[in-house]
Parts: sequence; structure tokens; C-alpha cells
Amino acid sequence: MILQARNVTVRYGSRIAVSDVNLEARPGEVLALLGANGSGKSSLMRALAALQAHSGTIAWDSGRASPGSIGYMPQDNGARAALTAFEVVLLGRMRTLGLRVGAADLAAAEAAMEEIGVSDLAARRIGELSGGQRQMVLIAQVLAGNPRALLLDEPTSALDIAHQLHVLDLLRTATRQRGLTTIAILHDLNAAARFADRVALMTTGRLAGVGAPADILQPMTLEPTFDVHVAVDLGSDGHPVVLPLRARSL
Amino acid sequence: MSDTAAGPVAAWRAANLRRATLSLIGGALLLVSFSADVATGPAMLPISAVVRSLAGLGADPMLDAIVHNLRLPIALMAVVVGATLGVSGAIMQTVLNNPLASSYTLGISAGAGFGAALAILVGGELPLPENWAIPLAAFVFAGVACAIVGSVGRMRGATPELLILAGIACLFLFQALLSLLQFLASPEALQQIVFWLFGSLLRASMGKTTIVAGVLAVALPLLLKDAWRLTALKLGDERARALGVHVNGLRLRAFVVVSLLTGAAVAFVGTIGFIGLVAPHIARMMVGEDQRHMLPASAVFGALLLSLASLASKLIMPGTVFPIGIITALIGVPFFGWLVLTTGRVQ
Repeated sequence: MILQARNVTVRYGSRIAVSDVNLEARPGEVLALLGANGSGKSSLMRALAALQAHSGTIAWDSGRASPGSIGYMPQDNGARAALTAFEVVLLGRMRTLGLRVGAADLAAAEAAMEEIGVSDLAARRIGELSGGQRQMVLIAQVLAGNPRALLLDEPTSALDIAHQLHVLDLLRTATRQRGLTTIAILHDLNAAARFADRVALMTTGRLAGVGAPADILQPMTLEPTFDVHVAVDLGSDGHPVVLPLRARSL
Repeated sequence: MSDTAAGPVAAWRAANLRRATLSLIGGALLLVSFSADVATGPAMLPISAVVRSLAGLGADPMLDAIVHNLRLPIALMAVVVGATLGVSGAIMQTVLNNPLASSYTLGISAGAGFGAALAILVGGELPLPENWAIPLAAFVFAGVACAIVGSVGRMRGATPELLILAGIACLFLFQALLSLLQFLASPEALQQIVFWLFGSLLRASMGKTTIVAGVLAVALPLLLKDAWRLTALKLGDERARALGVHVNGLRLRAFVVVSLLTGAAVAFVGTIGFIGLVAPHIARMMVGEDQRHMLPASAVFGALLLSLASLASKLIMPGTVFPIGIITALIGVPFFGWLVLTTGRVQ
């Protein structure tokens, strides 16, 4: 689905969280949304997922997103329910689930767990899993719904390096193969540089820049956004490598 | 080898079979408890005579009257009210995302208590016989309490925190009004109010039992229709919304159904505590929180608990029937403590 967001503004009372944002994203593309804490990334993502009141227009394929077409994964992964990991993934099929669960729903949930590599956790209660395991199960839940767009709010924040690489590679492959439009909020700038086709940098509710990682991940854009001194080099694979040096305000 | 060695779907199906079996075991225990409840009473009737009477082979009209007009309605009411309180407690704990939620938390029982006290106080003025005026008033004021809490939810967004706060405010309001009525009541009326508040199955009749059973028969399928959406609420509001659940609408809808259930249950038997709190906990430990399993299991274990309490109320002091509300609290508190302390082991 093609995303076209025009003049999107999100207000919480008198506070403006997202201000006049224009953003586009295309099928088969991974867009990383970057920015300091409180810069409005999650609010923007909730607005894109049609879960947050906003002004301006957000169009998916020139209209409203059809039910189930957006797979949104919120930041909170603190589920403590007495549900097994398989049941949590099955909930990703909410729109087709009935009292008797159909074979297609079961197959989709099983396939999503297999794809993420969490099949061995299927019978464990979600509350007993580690934060990282829970995050992977919840990613499987989003994929089980076969969405056409993925909106992922810090999908790898609880994962170790190996699982981060695994999940990000997997999401990028799924994005390419299924023609998904994927937008992910990330805090790891180097992961964003490797994983994303484009990055969007947010500062105090506004978009400070959108473009290829090598163009946006530069000291002149990163330093005012994150209030740190950074050095940026090119890695052996051609992706920019960001090295934080010290906080600017200290 | 783990359960998932054969694949997640096979493991899930096996788990579902285990859950259904546990609920069936609960059902079998309920049948035993119900039978013992009917066979037991202050009249000390021989079990063989009770069985003959139930089978329509009784020759003693007095014995038939005791079995059919007293014991059977009471035992059935214990089952039906227990199931109703179990289901309503399960839904409240789910929609409020709070394991301590019950009809008390939201002031519904307090509303019913006030309604009953009001009917007792002005009973002579009402065009209805007291036998029906008290439950009707209790039901209406349970509904008023729900309407107050629900209205707050509609106006300000039905978040669990807001509903619980509104419920606690409602609880204090109706407790204060109830205290006022008790202050104004004559000694006879005061005694009647206090006895109603104890909770008792002695007011049961087949007609009343049928009404509560009818409400449950309508409500349970309605709630089961929303089973997956209710299950999704356990992952938090934000994630449920992300899955396409209209969280506020679902919460208010479930709240209305549960209010009807609770109102119907407490109207006829008074405020019976702990069943609505403990039964969902047992169900959760046994079958998890897939509401397709948890709701029926809460009904079964709620019915079993109240049926056992009904039996205990007759056995504690032979020849006397204790008000069941006292029994559920006295047995419920240590039982609940044991449950909490052994939760890890049970899981």
C-alpha cells in the first residue's frame, strides 16, 4: 500500500506532539523512523495506524486502510495474560477467528511462528517468556494477520544482537517478498542504516529529514536531533556507521 | 521432549482437550455436590427416600414437599447463582484487567443491597408482594449502579481505571445510603435488611431459579460471541485496538451484560461474596484465559463452589441452615489465601 501523509498534526490538549508532518512510503520499502525520546515518533505511528486522533490527511492507496490491512505493533510488550504464545499469535487473526478456529487461521499462526523462529515457545505462557521472546512472539502475531503494511514501534528493543539481526533481516525479506510497506521506529541508528531503505528523522514533532540512510545519518542532522557529538564513517558494506562520542549538553 | 515437538497446532489442540477435560471433571464434581446438597437438610431425611421422591415414587406428601419445594430449588439456585457469579466475575476481571474485580468493586452489590433495603422499608406501600418487590428493587438498583458507572465510562472513555474509580464511588454512595436506611429503619425492618445482606438461598423457588437461569442462558452466548475480543483485552488496550477491537464499545457492552447477570443473581439471594472473585481464579489456573474456555469453566467452578457452600451451610450445625453469604466468606477467605500461595505449584 502506498502511504501518503499530508500535514499530519497530533495534539494532546494544548501540547503538540506531531506538527505538520508530510511523509510517503511505498510497497516493498522499509522506512525507519528515528528521533530522540518524546520527539513524536510513536504518536505519528499511532496516527498512521488510525488509532490516534489527528488533523491533516493520511491515505493508504489513496483512501482509508481496509480493516486488517495494517499490522501495528505497539511499543508495550508487557503482556502478562494466562495465554500461550500460540494463542497470542492466533489473536493476530482476530478478524476471522470464530468460536471454532478454522484451519486457515491455525495454519497462518503456525507459519508465522515458524517464520520468526518461535515455534518452540508455542505452548509456553506469554507471561513466563523473557522480554525478547515475548517481543518475537508479538512480531509473529502481527505477521499472522497477513497485513499489507507493517507499523512497528521499537520491534527489537528487547532483543539481543543476534536476534535483532535475525528479526530485522526477516522483516526486510518479508517486506520485499510480500510487497509490504514497512515503517519501524528504531533507536539503534546503525541497525536503521543497515535495515532501512530510507530513514525519517524526527525532532520535537517535526520531520527534520527523510532520505537514504547515507544522506540523513550525518553529524549535521544527528547532532541537533539527539544532542550528541557523533562521528560517521562508511562500513565495509557501504552503510553508514554512527559512533556516538559524547553528549553535547554535558 | 516439549509439547511443541509435534507442532504448535497439535500442542494447542492437546491443551484444549486438557482444558475441556478439567471443566468436565468440575462438572462431575458439581453433580456430586448438587446431589449431596439435595440429600442433606435439617429434616434429616433418609437418602433413599429423597431419591424416591425425586424419581416421583415418593409416598409421603410432606417429604415430597420438603424435597421439591425446599431442597431442590435451593440446590438448583446455588448452582445457577454460582455459575452466574462465576461468569460475571470472570468478565469483570477481564474487561477491567484487574484480578480483584467483582460485583463489589463496581458497587453493583451495594446498589442491590440499597434497593433491597428500600423495598423492605417501604414494602407495605408497594403494589407487589414483598417476596417479589425486594428482588425487583435489588435488580433495579443494581442496574442504577451500573448505569452510573457506565455513564461515566461513556462520557470519559471506558478505561479500567476510570470504571473502577467510578465503581468505588458508587460503592461508597450506596453504602452511605444503605446506612441511612438502616439508621431510619424499625428494629424489625433492620433485622430483615441485615439478614438480606447476609445472602441466603432460603428465599429460592423454582420460578426465581428459572429467571436467573434464563438470564444466564441469554448472557453466556452473547459473551462467548465476543470471546476472542475479550481475550485480546488481556494483552492491553493498545494491542487490542491494534488487532481491530473496539475496546471501549466492547468494555461497555460486556459491562451491561455482566450487570444484568449480577443484578439477577444478587436480587434473589442477597449479596454473596467471594464466588465472583475465586471462581474465575480457579478457572484461569485450570484453563488459562482463552475466554472460550475460561467463561464456561468460571460458570462450572462458580456453581461448584456455591453448591459446596450450600452443603456446608447445612452440615456445620446439623438442624440449622447458616446464611450462605457467611459460609462463602468464612470458607472463601482461607481458600483464596491457599490459592494465592499455591498458584505457582498449581500452574
